[in-house]
Amino acid sequence: MKQLFGLLVIIYLVLRSLFTFGLINPYGQQIVLYTGIIMIWALGLNLIYGFSGQFSLGHAAFYGLGAYAGALLTKLFPSFFAIVPLSLLVSLLIPSLVAFLIGIPVLRLRSDYLAIATLGFGIVVKILFDNADALTPKLGGSRGMLGIPKYTNLEIVFVFVGITLIFIRNLIYSKYGRALLALKDDEITADVMGVSTMRYKVMAFTFGSGLAGLAGWLYAHLYTFLHPTNFEFLKSIDCLLIVVLGGMGSITGTVIASIVWVFLIEGLRSFLPSYLIEWRFIIYPLLLIMMMLRRPQGIFGKKEARLFRESSWYESFKS
Amino acid sequence: MSYLFQQLLNGLQLGSVYALIALGYTMVYGIVRLINFAHGDIFMVGAYVGYFALSVYRIPFPLVFPLAMVVCAVLGMTIEKLVYKPLRFAPRINLLITAIGVSLFLEYFTSLRFVFGPNFLAYPQPFKIERLNIGGVTINSITIMIFAIVFLLLLILEVIVYRTRIGMAMRAVSYDKETASLMGINVDNIISFTFGIGSALAAVGGILYGIAYPQIHPFMGIMPGLKAFVAAVLGGIGIIKGAVCGALIMGIVEVLASAYISSTLRDAIAFSLLILFLLFKPTGIFGREESEKV
Repeated sequence: MKQLFGLLVIIYLVLRSLFTFGLINPYGQQIVLYTGIIMIWALGLNLIYGFSGQFSLGHAAFYGLGAYAGALLTKLFPSFFAIVPLSLLVSLLIPSLVAFLIGIPVLRLRSDYLAIATLGFGIVVKILFDNADALTPKLGGSRGMLGIPKYTNLEIVFVFVGITLIFIRNLIYSKYGRALLALKDDEITADVMGVSTMRYKVMAFTFGSGLAGLAGWLYAHLYTFLHPTNFEFLKSIDCLLIVVLGGMGSITGTVIASIVWVFLIEGLRSFLPSYLIEWRFIIYPLLLIMMMLRRPQGIFGKKEARLFRESSWYESFKS
Repeated sequence: MSYLFQQLLNGLQLGSVYALIALGYTMVYGIVRLINFAHGDIFMVGAYVGYFALSVYRIPFPLVFPLAMVVCAVLGMTIEKLVYKPLRFAPRINLLITAIGVSLFLEYFTSLRFVFGPNFLAYPQPFKIERLNIGGVTINSITIMIFAIVFLLLLILEVIVYRTRIGMAMRAVSYDKETASLMGINVDNIISFTFGIGSALAAVGGILYGIAYPQIHPFMGIMPGLKAFVAAVLGGIGIIKGAVCGALIMGIVEVLASAYISSTLRDAIAFSLLILFLLFKPTGIFGREESEKV
């Protein structure tokens, strides 16, 4: 706990000084913040899929719900003094609530049927975003939502990355986490052993989707522009790629895979010669296929860096 | 009234194209329990092969179909051999993720400039369109051609699956792989053959789709692919006649929804239907219950 906290502070101070002294240009700064957002988003999916084994292909929908809900509030009441915490709370709660309501019927399905149902849900939500201007023109519909105030900065992103990491780690090593891992390994056995599987599945789905909503808020207030295509089905697959490549059920894996992914997609844009730019989208699916063939547990498998291991948590607790 | 009939006709036309894609999904699922996400992209490749054959190489129209069928069958079988076969005993979700990877690869690879390019292309018109008016309902020659070709292919498929030795082997493998292999059936070849047939059907679907809705691009396969999959689930996945019925229902629902409710919401209606079906009757219209083995 202390180590993690210390590391976060050090990284924050380094980045803050790099930002303040202008050693990273604004585009680079945006990418750094975006990496943090992707991390929170992907950790949400890792909780649902990696730790609990519920294969969801609709994660972008919850990301979008959080983004649109938060952005609508900050756009409607820009001068209200508590709008930032309030809209953050809404961005957290609305996707969680939707996930809870959808989860209860849908999580009865298993394996590929669950994948298809969540995929269908994701597509339906994206189409609703396309037509959201019928509800209020401020949401923009398929023309995109403009004029969102820019609130996301390094501090907010860091606080939430920190909270997410600590939350997930503590959840995994709690009684609830044990139940989730049991559920993932063998649902029927877990059920027979007295784990009320449905309850835990819905819990993981709700929490994971809430994290996605939080990431959505940060995204909306970083780029100040939302478009339904930012939350389409392909984005859910991007998120899945990060979780699978990093290692299902590994916090370390997701953190590192998020950094690598943002670098591959956004960072390489400034390094690669123009005729190779499109090739970066081929690297990822190829990596995914190779990974499934050679190392299906992901780069890190279930391994964790010392920071995220259970023992370090106990030790810091004792001292 | 004639408006309704017109829309039903349009729905049947769209549904028959979906049927060609849905058949590939359902046969592959029936035999290896894999949702082959890359199937929609094979459909896209079929459309492009047709495009290049017609507008660049000027191949006579009737020959375009066998050409695209062969190209896509080879593509589908190659993908199966290279990627899916090594994973035959892996967990089903790993197979599914791999299929998503293959699908993304085909989409982005064909978007590259030296392959198909990222742009929308206008599909060539292979023949002059004649229109026929029957009591206020207009049928054009494209619709008639689509019905004829789809009917013919379904007939051939029916003969292959239920009247030939290889069809019998296919049914045996889908029923029980291990027992089938004990009976001397070469399971690998049968799986390969199934991918080949499914891909060939998708190729024809791609060409017909290109002619009927004349615009193609490398990501065109995603939506029809997903909807065809929904159709396969609707009819009961793994069942051939179910896929055809599901696809026709899907086409009609989609066209009627855009005609009477809202054209922007039609995809939402299609996928809500999917979720409802999965929740209340996951085995589909023609499906039979299967109890889960512990």
